[in-house]
Amino acid sequence: MIALSNYLILGAILFSLSIAGFVLNRRNVITLLMCVELMLLAVNMNFIAFSHYLNDIKGQVFVFFILTVAAAETAIGLAIVVLLYRNKKTIDVQELDSLKG
Amino acid sequence: MAETIRTLSLIIVLAPLLGAILAGLFGKVLGRKTSHRVTVLLMFVAFFAACWVWKLTVLDHGYLNSVLYIWGESGNFTFNIGFMIDQLTAWMMLLVTFVSLLVHIYSIGYMADDSGYQRFFSYVSLFTFSMLLLVTANNFLQLFIGWEGVGLVSYLLIGFWYTKEAAIFGSFKAFIVNRVGDFGFIIGIAAVMTYFGTLDYTTVFAKAPALAKAGTVLAVIPGAPWAVLTFICLALFIGAMGKSAQMPLHVWLPESMEGPTPISALIHAATMVTAGVFMVARLSPMFELSPTALSVVLVIGATGALFTGLVAFVQHDIKRVIAYSTLSQLGYMMAAMGVSAYAAGIFHLMMHGCFKALLFLAAGSVILGMHHEQDMRKMGGLRKYMPITYITFLIGALALSAIPPFAGYYSKDAIIEAVGAASNIPGSGYAYVCLVLGAFVTAFYIFRAFFLTFHGKERFSAEVKQHVKESPWVVWLPLVGLAIPSVFAGAILAYPLLYASPSWFGKSIFVAKGNNVLATLAEHYHGWFAYALHSVTTAPFWAAVIGIVSAWVLCLLVPSWRDVLVKRLSWIYFILVKKYGFDDFNQVVIAHGSKRFGEFCYRVADAKILDDWIINGSGRAVRFGASVVRRLQTGYLYHYVFVMILGLVVFVGWFELFETHSVLAEMLKSKYF
Amino acid sequence: MHFPLLSSLIWLPVIGGVITMMVGDDRRANVARWIAAIVAIIGLLLCIPLYANFSIHTSAMQFVEKITWIKAYGVNYSVGVDGISMPMIILTNITTLVVVFASWKTIRTKVAQYMAAFLIMQGMMNGVFAATDALLFYVFWEAMLIPIYLSIGIWGSSNRSYASIKFFMFTFFGSALMLIAILYLRIHTDSFAITSFYKLKMTMAVQIFVFIAFFLAFAVKVPMWPTHTWLPDAHTEAPAGGSVVLAALMLKMGVYGFLRFSLPIVPNACQHLYWFMIVLSLIAIVYIAYIAIAQTDMKRLIAYSSVAHMGFATLGCFMIYLIIQHTGNLKDAYMSLEGGMVQMLSHAFSTGALFVGIGILYDKLHTRMIGDLGGITAKMPVFASLMMLFAMANVGLPGTSGFVGEFMVILSAFQGSFWVAVIAATTVILSACYTLWMFKRVFFGGITNPQIETLTDIGFHDKVALGILAFMVLLIGIYPEVLLRVFHASVGHLLALAHVNKLP
Repeated sequence: MIALSNYLILGAILFSLSIAGFVLNRRNVITLLMCVELMLLAVNMNFIAFSHYLNDIKGQVFVFFILTVAAAETAIGLAIVVLLYRNKKTIDVQELDSLKG
Repeated sequence: MAETIRTLSLIIVLAPLLGAILAGLFGKVLGRKTSHRVTVLLMFVAFFAACWVWKLTVLDHGYLNSVLYIWGESGNFTFNIGFMIDQLTAWMMLLVTFVSLLVHIYSIGYMADDSGYQRFFSYVSLFTFSMLLLVTANNFLQLFIGWEGVGLVSYLLIGFWYTKEAAIFGSFKAFIVNRVGDFGFIIGIAAVMTYFGTLDYTTVFAKAPALAKAGTVLAVIPGAPWAVLTFICLALFIGAMGKSAQMPLHVWLPESMEGPTPISALIHAATMVTAGVFMVARLSPMFELSPTALSVVLVIGATGALFTGLVAFVQHDIKRVIAYSTLSQLGYMMAAMGVSAYAAGIFHLMMHGCFKALLFLAAGSVILGMHHEQDMRKMGGLRKYMPITYITFLIGALALSAIPPFAGYYSKDAIIEAVGAASNIPGSGYAYVCLVLGAFVTAFYIFRAFFLTFHGKERFSAEVKQHVKESPWVVWLPLVGLAIPSVFAGAILAYPLLYASPSWFGKSIFVAKGNNVLATLAEHYHGWFAYALHSVTTAPFWAAVIGIVSAWVLCLLVPSWRDVLVKRLSWIYFILVKKYGFDDFNQVVIAHGSKRFGEFCYRVADAKILDDWIINGSGRAVRFGASVVRRLQTGYLYHYVFVMILGLVVFVGWFELFETHSVLAEMLKSKYF
Repeated sequence: MHFPLLSSLIWLPVIGGVITMMVGDDRRANVARWIAAIVAIIGLLLCIPLYANFSIHTSAMQFVEKITWIKAYGVNYSVGVDGISMPMIILTNITTLVVVFASWKTIRTKVAQYMAAFLIMQGMMNGVFAATDALLFYVFWEAMLIPIYLSIGIWGSSNRSYASIKFFMFTFFGSALMLIAILYLRIHTDSFAITSFYKLKMTMAVQIFVFIAFFLAFAVKVPMWPTHTWLPDAHTEAPAGGSVVLAALMLKMGVYGFLRFSLPIVPNACQHLYWFMIVLSLIAIVYIAYIAIAQTDMKRLIAYSSVAHMGFATLGCFMIYLIIQHTGNLKDAYMSLEGGMVQMLSHAFSTGALFVGIGILYDKLHTRMIGDLGGITAKMPVFASLMMLFAMANVGLPGTSGFVGEFMVILSAFQGSFWVAVIAATTVILSACYTLWMFKRVFFGGITNPQIETLTDIGFHDKVALGILAFMVLLIGIYPEVLLRVFHASVGHLLALAHVNKLP
């Protein structure tokens, strides 16, 4: 049997990867979206591992919710990206600095 | 009897107020004729009632001191509005209502063509009301209310022709200078309140000797204590200086001549300006206890009597000559107060009220005849055109110059002799010299005006000549009304008011034992006729005669001497034309200085340092701080995420380092790992 | 249970304001005006039973209402009035009526909203003066900022946004500190009732901190030098109604705060720092008066004169310590405190009226500069006469309300200190200088401006507004006892509280 810690470490690695992608990626908004998805997957991984380990089905139920929400979020995110492209003619992250103070 | 006096006094005080309200608020509805009828009628009622009160108090020795209503109450202190009617008040009421009534009648003619007709009558009635409030007061508060009330109406009336720049400047100046006096007055009242605990005359007078004896002092400047009573008297006297135009607060009175002439007669000659004199007499129980204050009053009064009279030498405006004359006569009255000859001062006040009002009204009649020309250089030879005015002006001038047996002689001579007799008061020698010289000065300037106006060549244009005629009866009737007392009142009243014991002032005037100079003079008084004859042996009489003769010589006989004198004594002439520089000093140093200081306060201290540097400065500091901090806000999403992660790490690290239970360690130790 | 008079006074105008706001459209402006007028008149009518049924023999709160509001924190909706707050409530209602009538013609855009703002402000202001619960007081205190802020910001003149923000920042800065002080007191007394604060014992250091917190809140409102600079700006930019409310009511809240909070809650600190307050008051009286002399803008001039006059109110409040130190008799200090209170009421009437007058002129001529005006008396005699009355009240002439307060404060100041009285008395000269100088330039003289030729005298609504104020000015001037009698019991109580030793 694979120890719980292995799952958790996997989750952590996935999470770290996605953060690294978030911070290091300077090119494409789509990548950012993918990183968000990956982050959610890392969390899901933890949920499932704990759920299995504790024999508690609630964790897995939550995973379903998260998956659904993630899907919806991605859809909206992509839609925003499309609009963004339409308005700015770019989806380059480095050029999206309208929050600059 | 007290009840009757109370009712009558209420009528006296309120009738003019009613007139003022009717003419003021409903003047448009009532129309011109009804307005003046109403006010004159109500003034007549007041005058009649004043005569009655005079009879009840002076002849029948009635007395009233009653509270009308409680104005305010606060802790230990009560402020009342009430009447104190004694002989002094009765005389003043009689004078005020008498002159006011005549001025009302006179104004019907004088103001006939003015668009502000009803307003004028309303003001004059309102003035009379305030003045009566002042003289009937039984406490300092009401005195002050009346005091300021007359000041207000004087302000309104000087500036009656409010489109005339000189008039509104004059009214403004009058108000401000009076306010300087009021500043002293209010401090004086505050001191009375503090040391006596009440503002009622009777209580204050009763307590005053004890306070004087106790030797209470007030350390105005640390280390230099003043006797409290001296302080109070001097502070109140500053108020009197403002209202009664004593040097150096006299500057407003000449400028007040920009108002209509009836006003100059009523307010700036007969009544309001004498309020200060009245106040000192009314407060005689306090002034008597402070020789220092009396001495100050004496010196200031005498100085004014001589030096303001001199300025009249160089005036060309007929009203201004009389105005400076008023200043000088007020000086005489004050000097009388200074030597405790209160009765003489008040007597002169009343006589002066008659003959000075007469002179003003006569001057007004001339001005009316000359179509509002006031410059004496453009008059001359009016004798044949205006005979009644001529004769009445002459009577007034003789009375003013103190030629026996005219009214002014009895009052003014009494003052001069009283000052001469009161050698125990510091400054009386100086005062005596001033007053005797003043007799010459008085006679000279008023006869100069008289000769220039009524005698000599006609210096007006042919066009004016066609119109010059005697004024209508409403104008000359008051002149005659005032001329009668100006001739006879002095001889009749001198004995009962000054020398009889008890006099017609009764106990309303208090004179300390050692100060009673009038009593010593009374020993030499043997009837009015003997007193008039006695004049030829006195210096003031000859001074006056010399004054008249020299005026005649310089104005009519050899006018060229005048120019010679002006050239020879050019520096004196210059000083007199500049009025000793008071006006320039006030204008440049005080008025301009205050304005400059105010601008400095505003532009530098307030707008610059406080508002711009400190307040907007703190705003700018915040903005500067923000402009530095905003650089952290790059706008890049990945920076934000990076900072978030960093924050998380720092937080977790913080807890790991500083918390006793390391969560991470425990997790690793748990069964899951 | 008796009729909830105070609650009606608070909430009726608010409801009226909401109804007025619902009218909304400027095409129905007259409807809005009339609703506002009726609500304001009802408010004033409600003051009649308030005055008539008020007992002058007790210092206790009257017309008390108490409902639990937030139970968990012990906050109550509790209102009541004593001799200090009752006149202020009447003043508030009079002022609102005046504002409604004075704005009748001069406000032409967003009328309903304007009227609504002032009605809501009336309710909040009544709440401030009636609240006996500190948190309720604070809520009303802050709530009334919003309408006045909006009224300056929306209906103000050219520089309005700067003025309204400056005003808001100043007052908010102060009241934040007040909230801290209230919370501190709440923690240590376990109650928000103001009276419970009176009983709390505190060390001198704590008292001084609480004093400073309250001081900043109230001094900004009064305003005392050097926190006064918002006032000229706010007054200058505010519409006429806003200026009137600022001068007549807002400034009074500061002094009211001193009376309700500072003096009884931290008496030892007040006793320790009274000289500081006296010095600030005297600076206001003299220095600000000199600044007023230098003004060229009528509104600014009157605004500075307000600061100078309010100096008398604060002087009266804090002179009590010096007087009692000097004479040792509590009764001697009545006059000082009552004089200060009369001064603040009288200032409301005279200055309020002057602002109404300036508003009328501004509406007709679009200038506030003294230099642009002249000779208005010839064209508007009734208006000029009324303004003369108010100018004289501003000068402090006997017979007008302005005299009473100044007179009483100067008289009582003399008991405490000769020099304080002398410095305060200079107002007799200075106020005459700036007020009459302005009056002379604006109303007298020749007509300087062709526009003035076309002026007509004031209409019915302005006459009503100014008439009410003129009546009050004369009433208090001629018979101040009508006001003073209301004060006595409460002032006595307050003086006793202000001299309790509250050091632990």
